[in-house]
Amino acid sequence: MTPASVPAEIQDVTRGVVRFLLRRAAHAALLVLLAASGALVLARLAPPADAFGTDPAVLAAERHRLGFDRPLQEQYVAWLARGVRLDLGESLHFHRPVTTLIRERLGNTALLGLSALALATVLGIPLGVFTGSRDRGIFPAAARVASVVLLSVPPLVMSLVMVLIAARTGWLPAGGLPDIPPAAGAITAVALTVRHLILPAFALALPVAASLERLQSTSIRAALADPCIIAALARGVPRHRVIWRHALRLSLGPVLALYGVTIGAVLSGSFAVEVVLSWSGLGQLMYQALQARDLYLVAGCAATGSLCLAAGLFVTDLASAAADPRVNAAV
Amino acid sequence: MTASRRAGAALLAMVGLVALGGSLLAPHDPGQQFADFSYAPPMALHLFDEAGQWRGPFFYPLRLVNRLEHRFEEDRSRPTRLRWTGTRRGRTSPEGPWLPLGADALGRDIWARVLLGARLSLGVAVAGAVAALLLGAAVGAIAGFNGGRVDEVLMGAASLVLVLPAIYVVIVLRAAMPLVLSPSRVFWTLAGVLAAAGWPYPARSVRAVVARERAREYAEAARALGADPSRILLRHLLPATRQHLGVQLTLLLPACILAEATLSFVGFGFAEPAPSWGVMLQEAAQAGALADAPWLLAPAAAIVISVLSLHLLAGRPSSAGLVQDKST
Repeated sequence: MTPASVPAEIQDVTRGVVRFLLRRAAHAALLVLLAASGALVLARLAPPADAFGTDPAVLAAERHRLGFDRPLQEQYVAWLARGVRLDLGESLHFHRPVTTLIRERLGNTALLGLSALALATVLGIPLGVFTGSRDRGIFPAAARVASVVLLSVPPLVMSLVMVLIAARTGWLPAGGLPDIPPAAGAITAVALTVRHLILPAFALALPVAASLERLQSTSIRAALADPCIIAALARGVPRHRVIWRHALRLSLGPVLALYGVTIGAVLSGSFAVEVVLSWSGLGQLMYQALQARDLYLVAGCAATGSLCLAAGLFVTDLASAAADPRVNAAV
Repeated sequence: MTASRRAGAALLAMVGLVALGGSLLAPHDPGQQFADFSYAPPMALHLFDEAGQWRGPFFYPLRLVNRLEHRFEEDRSRPTRLRWTGTRRGRTSPEGPWLPLGADALGRDIWARVLLGARLSLGVAVAGAVAALLLGAAVGAIAGFNGGRVDEVLMGAASLVLVLPAIYVVIVLRAAMPLVLSPSRVFWTLAGVLAAAGWPYPARSVRAVVARERAREYAEAARALGADPSRILLRHLLPATRQHLGVQLTLLLPACILAEATLSFVGFGFAEPAPSWGVMLQEAAQAGALADAPWLLAPAAAIVISVLSLHLLAGRPSSAGLVQDKST
């Protein structure tokens, strides 16, 4: 089909979607740049930790080697120039390149975050459809109570409870990464990883699942009042089919639009979970970097974190555009 | 008002009363260390003795059985009547203290620490949320009232802060300040940091209302009568945002309570011996402590109860809120 044969209306919509996505991509790039620069400047402004018992001459030489005797803007421009070549400098604390450190940790956070997100979606969305499409009954009421309680248990508290459960029962490891022997086969490795992943993933996922449930419940309620759904019900289409096929699809739009916020919540929550359950991911690295006032590592972590966030938001936008090409009209 | 909202309001009122009246309810000073009560378990309150006879409130004092293993035993032979001292200066009876939620590693009364910690933890959350609300309302009002370029820049900044993971914003901001501060300086620093991370939420809400209301007839009429912009804004437009500000406050407060707990937990907030809930959780997270002394999680329960009351009060999200969020 040549572009000329496409009706002008559809062409407009396509152009609109492309423009919408381009604008979002630019927004994402700006986000990464601002987050990393902000973190770098703030970490530089922070008063330096005392260096007890260090020879002032050695201190001065080291400060010169690392570029800390130069003005902030000069240091910033140098960092930025190297940053575009994907060289984020050397960690002052670990004495290793920042990119290597981040590469080691990023996978762990991605594993934890994505499993928690998947878990939260699998738990939250169907439950939200269930509670949103029924008004009476003991089960929806119980689900609503459970949801508001879980929403109120932050990942920090939930991971402490997980530590308690693990310590009391001994069923699952209370934290840390699996120590996979090099000789282990793929199945053993996966089994070990899953065993270690269960507690942190649930600690992170449960509050997110609760907020998704509330969102989906409200959204499906609004969708069920839509004239097209009422018409389908009036034509005699079975209720469960209308709910799970038609209303669900209609209700996913608003939920998808807020999915990006959920990604931020997962990143936020994974900080507490990583620190409590000693899951050595990006959050823990950022924490160590901030405590050690490790300038380049802080900026690198912030850049990576916001890059993940921006990527997540972008995927959400793509999904929204796929579910409903009219999004560009709303933005 | 639905039943769950009423329950939330009642729970919140209870939390507020307990936080305000903490010094009356706490039987001991939160810093007082009872030498032989390290990791003492919670002590139940009894009303009837073993024969089933009414005796009024009393407890069985604890006797240390094994100091190394922190094992204690109830001394059933000496039921001790509970005296309502009503002050923190309470003289402890010779039979030993009554510790309703047990003791921590230093033998301090956890119940007293949770009660007095409410002032720090909830106080800083309230201060931070109110400051975020005021800042957000100011920014939102300016953006909504002026429109155009100003609106674009301010709301662009708001949406940037909004998508960043809140905990990271708060932690990086806090880390940029000196690590060791006096407790009162920590209080105001934390409140400021919370405000800096929380302002975009009320700002967007207030901006939407002001931008809508300023085109209404009553605002036009005020302008036609020669009212200056600040009067229109303060006298006519901002009162329309009252309800939205209330909703925003119930959403900001739980986030602020959690942020304080997380910051203190990782060592960027209050520090020992201040009895903030985050500081207390830090002790609970130490290896091995939790398995033998699960009552160290009492501050976690306090956090959950406070946050739950606010979530109940806020109610479930309305579909109006859903649409509003979608459009931004």
